Amino acid sequence: MITTVASVALPVDEKLRIQKNRIEPEKDTGIKKRISIVTGIHGDELEGQYVCFELNRRIGAQKEKLCGIVDIYPALNPLGIDSITRGIPAFELDMNRLFPGDAAGNMTEYLAARAVEDLSGSDLVMDIHASNIYLMEIPQIRVNAHHAELLLPLAEESNVDFVWVHGASTVLESTLAYSLNSTGTPTLVVEMGVGMRITRVYDDQLVDDIFHLMKKLGIWEGETAAVRQPIVSCDPKDVAYLNAATGGLFVPAVKHGAKLKGGRADWTDHQSVFRRCAGRGESADGWYAVYDQGVPDCGRGVFGGTAASCISKFGCQPQLKGQRNM
Amino acid sequence: MKKITIYEIQGLYRDKFRVTGYEFGEGEKSVCIVGSMRGNEVQQLYCCSQLIKKLKGMEAEGRLVPGHKILVIPCVNPYSVNIQKRFWTVDNTDINRMFPGYDLGETTQRIADGVFRVISAYRFGIQFTSFYMPGEFMPHVRMMDSGLEDTELAKQFGMPYVVLRKVRPYDTTTLNYNWQIWETQAFSMYTTTTTRIDRKSAREAERGVLTFMHKQGIAYYHGHDGYLSQIVKDVDMASVRTGSAGLFEPVVSVGDEVERGQILARILDPCEGEAIEELSAPIDGIIFFMHGEPLTYANTAVFKLVVREE
Repeated sequence: MITTVASVALPVDEKLRIQKNRIEPEKDTGIKKRISIVTGIHGDELEGQYVCFELNRRIGAQKEKLCGIVDIYPALNPLGIDSITRGIPAFELDMNRLFPGDAAGNMTEYLAARAVEDLSGSDLVMDIHASNIYLMEIPQIRVNAHHAELLLPLAEESNVDFVWVHGASTVLESTLAYSLNSTGTPTLVVEMGVGMRITRVYDDQLVDDIFHLMKKLGIWEGETAAVRQPIVSCDPKDVAYLNAATGGLFVPAVKHGAKLKGGRADWTDHQSVFRRCAGRGESADGWYAVYDQGVPDCGRGVFGGTAASCISKFGCQPQLKGQRNM
Repeated sequence: MKKITIYEIQGLYRDKFRVTGYEFGEGEKSVCIVGSMRGNEVQQLYCCSQLIKKLKGMEAEGRLVPGHKILVIPCVNPYSVNIQKRFWTVDNTDINRMFPGYDLGETTQRIADGVFRVISAYRFGIQFTSFYMPGEFMPHVRMMDSGLEDTELAKQFGMPYVVLRKVRPYDTTTLNYNWQIWETQAFSMYTTTTTRIDRKSAREAERGVLTFMHKQGIAYYHGHDGYLSQIVKDVDMASVRTGSAGLFEPVVSVGDEVERGQILARILDPCEGEAIEELSAPIDGIIFFMHGEPLTYANTAVFKLVVREE
């Protein structure tokens, strides 16, 4: 059932509505567990759109297996998603810097506050982001160190490749996830893929994850796929950023998720960050490519100083301090 | 008055995209008035809203001549108005460069087609529009110099000026041009502003449209007749171009009479504040158009002047 979470009138013949699709069991099981899937805070991040579609489709195909509530919020920033605009159009505001919002505030603050109010009380919220249009990332979960105790057990059960526990930051306190976690609603932030595109293999992986978590929570009793064991990063020494020293074309020579081995010529290119790494006498042995700046099939440019790649030690428990585009 | 949906498309997460029309009277399709087609054409939306309000009152008072249908479309592009973006929300295309439209084409081609199918049957077409360069204008009626125009008709608006625009290749996809090709007598109505409301020029345009309808026997309107319009070709206007880029500091206003050599504006160094260029009037004339942004590039036509008619 599609319901309206928040609604405000726009100037000309239109209402802005944040809507959710509530899927409930066919029979009353007495179980009131609820998982909420949220996406579309950033209007140029479309990976979550496919996840919502596929989740809805798969539940519909086996509705009798559902024994809890699934709330799908496909577009927290509907004007942004409809116009493929990252922020809230007209206001040019990043919605993920507005939480927890203010029900008595201006339009954007009101929308944020209503979203928090509606999501609060879920047994689990998953806030799905894609990377921006300049980044591609493997499926990963971001956990603020403040909430690690609450979230790590859930994150480790997720079918992602990587879990980053990062330090507190003032900026992050204005995110949806921070607001909900701070008030006791467990919220996992997923980042994956690339802006403005759908990376179906990652999205399907995340849908498997959602079914797995639903089963753990007692919301789903159907079959679920086996989930992978993510690398959990808790130590900043185990994560390295490779920054381009100069501007130029960025031509990556490895694929996302590749296990790296130091000194191999086929990792390097004229501007490859991996050559720089090797050039400093560092070995990339046993490291793992987490993201790169520039979509491989687009071959975008890169500015000097840009964090062109990030690699993590394979099979370690590293931590990352910097906050990125969540 | 009857409110009708001219064209609509299902949105993804937004309300339906709807183009709404307001019909007055029954009979011959006499006048169609179109407003905001770009998301920043707020003055154009305002002008049409005021006309609809006026026509409602005139209809109630029996001042619309029977046998004529009048259609007003205040906004062809509510999606862009609502997110304050000039062109189409996703691909940045301009609906006013998509006429006559194509029903199997891109979104804005389909919108143009859907609207044009309804409005191409009208005898007179009036479009409240804006210039591609940001700036302020003397209120005027503009026609394409296509060989099909009738300047005597344009004078019936009683606006200060009727401008004949030399047709450029890119004009051939505008509503005005296609209206003319499909045998509608088409007029573009320019008021002073675009992104902000200017009540004075909006009232002047409203009076002009109602005067025109009165002279065509479509409405009973007894306001003053306005001006004896001066016909000007756009190519005959005197342009004043910047030689430098910087802050644009005008010292005159649209409509001012100026003398040859009079200072019109200064270009200031944006960091040090010094005047790096003074722009002066090349002729004795009237400021017809003035650049409307605080910054300017070099080699930009920031003023257009018309010769004073003695």
